[in-house]
Amino acid sequence: MSTTKPFTPTDGEDNSNGTRRDFLKQTSLLTAIALTPGTVVKAAENQWDEKFAGVFEKQALHLEVNGVKHELMVEPRVTLLEVLREYLDLTGTKKGCDRGQCGACTVHVNGVRINSCLSLALTNDGKKITTIEGLAKEEELHPMQEAFIKHDGFQCGYCTSGQIMSAVALLKEGHTGSETEIREFMSGNICRCGAYPNIVKAIQEVKGGMV
Amino acid sequence: MKKDAIGDSLSRVDGRLKVTGGAKYSGEYKVPNLTYGVLVSATIASGTVTALDTRAAERAPGVLAVITPFNAPKVPGYQAGAERPVRGLKLFNDNKIYFNSQPIALVVADTFERATYAACLVKATYNTEPFETDFHKNIDKGVTPQKGNYKDYVRGEANAYKNAPVVVEEEYLLPTEVHNPMELHVTTAFWDGDDKVTLYTKSQGVKGSQRSIAAAFGLNPDNVQINSRFVGGAFGSSLRTWPHEIAAAQAAKLVKRPVKLTLTREQMFTQVGYRPLTIQKIGLGATADGKLIGITHESHSQTAVYEEFTEGAVNVSQFLYNSPNVNTLYKVVPLNVGVPAPMRGPGEATGSFALESALDELSYKLNLDPIELRLRNYTDTDPERNKPWSSKYLKECYQKGAEAIGWADRKAQPGANKEGEWLVGYGIGCGAFGAYRGNAVAKIKLTADGSVNIQSATSDIGPGTGTSMVLIAADTLGIPADKITFELGNSAFPNAPTQGGSATVSSVGSAVHDVCVALKQKLYIMAGKPADSMEPIDYVAVLKQNNMPSVELTQESKGNPEAQKYSMYSFSAHFAKVHVHPLTGQVKIKKIVACVDAGKIVNHKTASSQMIGGAVGGVGMAMTEEAVFDNRYGRYINGNFADYHVPVNADIQQIEAIFIDKPDPVLNPVGTKGIGEISLIGVAPALANAIYNATGKRVRELPITPDKLI
Repeated sequence: MSTTKPFTPTDGEDNSNGTRRDFLKQTSLLTAIALTPGTVVKAAENQWDEKFAGVFEKQALHLEVNGVKHELMVEPRVTLLEVLREYLDLTGTKKGCDRGQCGACTVHVNGVRINSCLSLALTNDGKKITTIEGLAKEEELHPMQEAFIKHDGFQCGYCTSGQIMSAVALLKEGHTGSETEIREFMSGNICRCGAYPNIVKAIQEVKGGMV
Repeated sequence: MKKDAIGDSLSRVDGRLKVTGGAKYSGEYKVPNLTYGVLVSATIASGTVTALDTRAAERAPGVLAVITPFNAPKVPGYQAGAERPVRGLKLFNDNKIYFNSQPIALVVADTFERATYAACLVKATYNTEPFETDFHKNIDKGVTPQKGNYKDYVRGEANAYKNAPVVVEEEYLLPTEVHNPMELHVTTAFWDGDDKVTLYTKSQGVKGSQRSIAAAFGLNPDNVQINSRFVGGAFGSSLRTWPHEIAAAQAAKLVKRPVKLTLTREQMFTQVGYRPLTIQKIGLGATADGKLIGITHESHSQTAVYEEFTEGAVNVSQFLYNSPNVNTLYKVVPLNVGVPAPMRGPGEATGSFALESALDELSYKLNLDPIELRLRNYTDTDPERNKPWSSKYLKECYQKGAEAIGWADRKAQPGANKEGEWLVGYGIGCGAFGAYRGNAVAKIKLTADGSVNIQSATSDIGPGTGTSMVLIAADTLGIPADKITFELGNSAFPNAPTQGGSATVSSVGSAVHDVCVALKQKLYIMAGKPADSMEPIDYVAVLKQNNMPSVELTQESKGNPEAQKYSMYSFSAHFAKVHVHPLTGQVKIKKIVACVDAGKIVNHKTASSQMIGGAVGGVGMAMTEEAVFDNRYGRYINGNFADYHVPVNADIQQIEAIFIDKPDPVLNPVGTKGIGEISLIGVAPALANAIYNATGKRVRELPITPDKLI
């Protein structure tokens, strides 16, 4: 009797490989590092392929972050957000969703705002990154930072870095023509504490050069 | 000398740290040898996990451990007969599955990416049992809660509304709403030997976390150090210690390295509570001139099969209006879901949506202005407890709020008011939330350079606690705010209650006030003057005269026994003006006015922000937020910010906060009552009522999406 198997959410898992790097066993990579076939079997049993791969898969990454040059070795799957937070200890850039849906991780790449959680670090090789830590000139805050304090454009502070990075980019983008335009172009940055009206006031003030 | 005083508008004392990225949240401390924990979630909603194939995960590069119900080291507080039992879900203690997405394994690896990858290699075999996640199907299985005072309430006669000349009887639905603070829940745990553990964790109460972690691992609380200096929002989701926090400590103990466990946004929907789906039936009966004869309020909320969650959803109907007959019923419906948690305005926010919507419906039946209806049923004493209010200025809230929203422009006839092609509507929604005060301790140190440091183990999830405390101290001591620092979020500091129930300024503010008074008196005595002297003295000079580099004091502050004689509440009247497009159903919220009687306002700047934020939360509740189950699998289908809609900047226009700002004479020395909850309670009905006024469409099922208006 033939029946159609109903879809279940776990079906997809049947097709997955035992390990991510099974493909390595079918490539010439291990040959290239001069192992005999017997050793290949042993290597596979001991998961050496995984360990080799762990080393080989890392690639060189050159980043200039807030004017400081960094030479790193990272796996291709590492996001720019993780590099900033976990490798460079620049935790001012926040993780809020890892899906590009909240804006907490907003940074500038070559002057353009992006969600760093959606950007693989290696795709930024050679680029200039500015994070919230790079906005102030030593003790002197950026006018947007001053305005956020003055207008209380935050409460818990967790979305604040992303809000400020977006706000600074907004001025450059020329999207501060009206209150409505500011709201629209700041809508990629969620603030769950609900500081939106104060954020808009801060941006308007900086736009007007009043700070 | 600049005088900083209670009632000022002081910018946040931690503002600079927050705008420069310098504020460190729990997942951001540089800990040597750090490892990363990732949870694996169950894909069934009920049954047992019979086997877990962890071989591939364990062999994956960088993996240090895969903790499962089959190998997890026992957590003492989870065991039967534990001296200090841990309530709630006992993660990895047995193989039972109570809800879909319940964690079944924890993978620890040397990088976040490696842990995340290895987590997807864990294969589970289940024995699936029937499950129930469909609230509507199971509402008849509602039970009166076992714990707490949730017995059916009757004052006068039950269901008296039915025999009144004018009757409203309707049902209101609030869907599940998820806290979703911007910061993911995260815990970094590490051990010093076998009996000392440190956690950097997202917590609204470091002392509570300390007790819970100590209980879980059978430790002396002094050996548990909790740090939570900056909390990236919580709204109630960090009021308790969650199983994943214990799991992080469990894992750190096993791998003998620090473990950082961060929930994913999807896990934030299932692991750390939510405002539960609630159906409420309201019956209102009134005389033809608008005097309430009877209120009946029946509520059914979802809870978990493994833990009962309750909140005072029907309480507001018992005391907010003067009615000789009131009866309420509150039941919970256990389902295969994660346990709910208190969410901003717990109980009252839910209850006031139903009560204030029904009252609005009654006003139209009576052809009476909604404010006038509330005035006719105003009560100057608490009708539930027969006690006087410690203070109540709700009438003033009606009046000031009405002026600010432009209530005079409201037209009684729905659909009669237009601006261009847009229908215009005005609405009011009111609320109340208990004003509390817990015991708190503060320690103060005055140093010869004139600086003052105060410590107390409270938290700041966003309201600006440190800023308010500095202002109270500046006012009490008569010195500038910039000379004062306030430290919190550390379990080694003197005891303070968990930040919740809008009670922090009332509780910790009292301790700060009292310790400042005690310090002042000590310095006066040292200067050879009467302790209660009003004459200004130079504190630093007094220290120098006595050859003291510093002086230190600790003071406990307890509630006023007089408070027992009163009913103590904050009150709110929220007003909304909306535009609704008749063709598309699009709603533009033109203005919200939040007018509250919350006692004395300590810092107008942060208090206004808190009120605005509560209103934004109310907009989410009313207009956009709904966590949706696929009942075939018992799993959320919108556990992310693309599908679960919280308000964004474009959704919000003008919000104005108005404070009555009169001190409460009873609750605490500063005269505050609390604003965190009341800022949200009443917002949703104000919006629903404004939309009815604009369109004539009564939406009783939140959220009010455009499809419900066309």
